[in-house]
Parts: sequence; C-alpha cells; structure tokens
Amino acid sequence: MPDQNNQSIKLRVNGQDHELELRPWVSLLDALRHTIHLTGTKKGCDHGQCGACTVLVDGKRVLSCLTLAVMKDGAEITTIEGIGTEENLHPVQKAFIEHDAFQCGYCTPGQICSAVGLLSEGKADSREEVQDLMSGNLCRCGANRGIINAIMAVKQDMR
Amino acid sequence: MNNFSYTKVTDLQHAVSLLSENKDHKAVAGGTNIIDLMKYFVTEADTLVDINRISGLSDITDTENGGIMLGALMTNADTAYHPVIESRYPLLSKAILAGASAQIRNMATNGGNLMQRTRCYYFYDPAVPCNKREPGSGCSATKGYNRIHAILGHNDNCIAVFPSDMCVGLAALDAKVHISGSQGERVLPFADFHRLPGDTPHLDNNLQAGELITGLELPEEGFSEYYSYLKLRDRNSYAFALVSVAAGFDIEGGLIKEARIALGGVAHKPWRSAEAEDYLKGKTPSEEHFAEAAEIMLDEAQGFEHNHFKIALAKRAIVRNSIMAMNPGSQRPGAKPSL
Repeated sequence: MPDQNNQSIKLRVNGQDHELELRPWVSLLDALRHTIHLTGTKKGCDHGQCGACTVLVDGKRVLSCLTLAVMKDGAEITTIEGIGTEENLHPVQKAFIEHDAFQCGYCTPGQICSAVGLLSEGKADSREEVQDLMSGNLCRCGANRGIINAIMAVKQDMR
Repeated sequence: MNNFSYTKVTDLQHAVSLLSENKDHKAVAGGTNIIDLMKYFVTEADTLVDINRISGLSDITDTENGGIMLGALMTNADTAYHPVIESRYPLLSKAILAGASAQIRNMATNGGNLMQRTRCYYFYDPAVPCNKREPGSGCSATKGYNRIHAILGHNDNCIAVFPSDMCVGLAALDAKVHISGSQGERVLPFADFHRLPGDTPHLDNNLQAGELITGLELPEEGFSEYYSYLKLRDRNSYAFALVSVAAGFDIEGGLIKEARIALGGVAHKPWRSAEAEDYLKGKTPSEEHFAEAAEIMLDEAQGFEHNHFKIALAKRAIVRNSIMAMNPGSQRPGAKPSL
C-alpha cells in the first residue's frame, strides 16, 4: 500500500504565507481553490489543454493543473487575486475591459495571468508573436481578437 | 490518479538507487506528461520521486570537443531562449518553440521531453485495446481513426507516433543522450535512444529501469547559417504535428556539403534517411533536388485509411522547409509555413 501520509509544505501566495498539509496527488490548482479558497483560478480541462488554470510560479506562467502542490514547496505564487485590486487594476486588466477581451469570463483569469507572464518574458514583439505565445490559453467565446488587442495596447503603453 | 507517495531527492545517485531498487517508483520533473497520464490512469506509480532539486543538471556547459551539454533538468523555455542555443543551434530553438504552449515550455524539462509518450487517443483510453499500454491486447488504431498516426516504421502491433518537436531538432543535430544508472554512466547516439515498435511497442526508448537522462550533448556543428523548422497541424499553434520537419545544411561554393533532414509526426521516433541526405551531398540546393530527396525519404511510407494524406504532405513539407532553410529569416513564429 502506498504511504498516504500528508506532506507539509509552505506556499507564499499573493504575498501571504500558507502552511499546508496536503496529500501528494493534490494539484496546485486544487490546493489554491479548495485549501486556500482562492477560486479565481479556474479549472477548465484539468489536462493542460486550455490554460484556464494558468498562474505565475516564481514569476513564470505555468499550468497549475499539471503541477503537484507538493512539488512547489517554498515557491512564490501569484494568482489572479494577486494581479490587481478592484480599486487598482493591473494595466492588463484595464486593457481587457477597454478592448472587450472576454464574454463569459471563465478563461479570463488564466488569460490575464498568461499575458502578465508573456509581458515579463519579453519575447513577443509583433502581433503574430503575441498570438503564438498566447496560444496556450483558449477562449471558446471567441474573444481572442480582443485579447490580443488588449495585450498589444499594453505593450504600446510600455514603450 | 491512484494514491501515491512522494519523495524529493537532491542527489543523482540517490535518485538512481531509489528508482532501480523500486520498480513502482517513477521520476517526475516538469510533470507535464506524467501527471496527465496518471490522471487518465494510463500510468500508475507507487511513489513519485521528484528529481527537480538535483543540482548541476540545469545549465549549459561547453564540452571538450567544441560542442555543448544541455542539462536534463533545464526547462524547454530556458533552453530555447538561451543565447548559446539561439546563436549556435537556432534549429533547436525553433523546434522547441514549435511545441506545446508557453506555459508548458516553462515547466517541461529537456530530459522529460525525450520521455514523453505518444498522444495516440487509443493509448490514452484505458477502455480500449492498446499494445503500448497493455502488451498483447491489440492495436485499436490500425482499423480505427488513424489520422494522426504513423506512415513509416510501423507494424501491426503499433502505429503510434512520437509527439516531440524538440527531439526532431535533436535528431537532425546528431545529439547524444547522456544517461546515469546504478551500473554507471553511458552515452547513446540520438538515433539509438527511441525505438520502433517491433515486437515491444510498450517500450518507447532504450532507457533501462532505474536509469535517468542527465544531459543532451550537441556536437560543434549547429547549422546556424542554413536551417529551418516547419510544423504542419490542424491549427496554427498549440497542436501536435501531423508532419514536422527539421533541416540543416552546410553549403560551400553553392553546393550542399552536408544535409540533415528529420521528420516528426510520421513514426515511432524522429525519422532520418542516410540515403536522402547522401543524395543531396554535392548537389545545388534546388527545389528539384529537395523533391528527389523527399521521394527517397518517403519511398517506403505506408498510410492507413485516414492518414494517406501525410505521405504527400511530408514530401511537400521537406521541399518547402528546405527552401525556407536557404533563408532562415523567412521562418514565422510557431514554425508555420513561410509567406
């Protein structure tokens, strides 16, 4: 029989420290949503195909559904709740509103975390590069044009 | 997922001894494939051994013979964007960036890329027969919906394809795979790492139980002047290849001195043809000669009900990509066809 003992880990999420006792098979996504009760991060496919669960781990955008929480012991995590506040939106959040970059909103937290990751990576210059490097986030409402427009607008403002 | 135990290791020898002494232990690094396979109950493990914290396997170092060693635990993204890879091995950079998504490339490691399993939908579905998942149960793909399947190197046992883009680049570059096991270290030429299905389709590669990939060695020649990676698929980005092709050429005095062409999405491993590459030596880099090389490469190709189109597609991809290699600047983000 496998040892089902919980593992003790520490996560720093949106600037706040959490000490957690978790089973090894709990994904980072489930730990964020069910244990820490940060439900902004969404579960879409749970198989790494849609990008809805994108968060930043130590500054890099990753898929929280394909990460075991125990593998990220000691990591610093930013979810959509840590990107901006209602009073002080992140420039990407403002641009998403201005450019009509969502309809149902389910993919939006992942899209925004992914866009923030993309901007800090600094590898996308042209619109075509932005499209290619945002392809890991699907939008089934078809707001993709607005999403890319919003990111291009933020890039423009950063210049 | 089945319930499992989890342990972190920081020492390579410790990892190797744990994995070789316990057959039900499996290594996890990026996790992007094994965690997904476990969610589908395609893969099970008693214990996952987290190898991410083993030191010394996350960088690029120079080798004695003018090449470089890529650490097995470096992420695909860090590798593709590394200045040494971008400048000396741009073909590898392009191949990596054609695969998966930005998020997955931030997680997936170089060693793990070689270890990923086929995306054959029958392999992923424990309700149907699959010789790769359950040896002897039969192949559901040969008479099933086989649009994404192999046209080369297959047999009745298995027509799955190996899904990596990075490995198509590594095959073209003649990389070597450095391996550590309880018996010591060994090195395999890239062509000898992955296997054709034969009578053992459940074995994707020649890594033995308990062994770990520690590094990927690249020779000095990186074909940084004339190279291209082209990937054809059902959507423009974030999809596995129907056909992909990596090409690198050394050209002297207007003639091809050395040619490398590797195909992805067509077989159980990246596919090269010594005959086709030899044919191109001493020829001008013309459409006509590339077309003849493509004919040689696909000479023995055999399609199935839904994937015959791949034979013509692969030939055209070889020609188009070889022409793109004469002007590497014509390549577009995500390895799409040139304009």
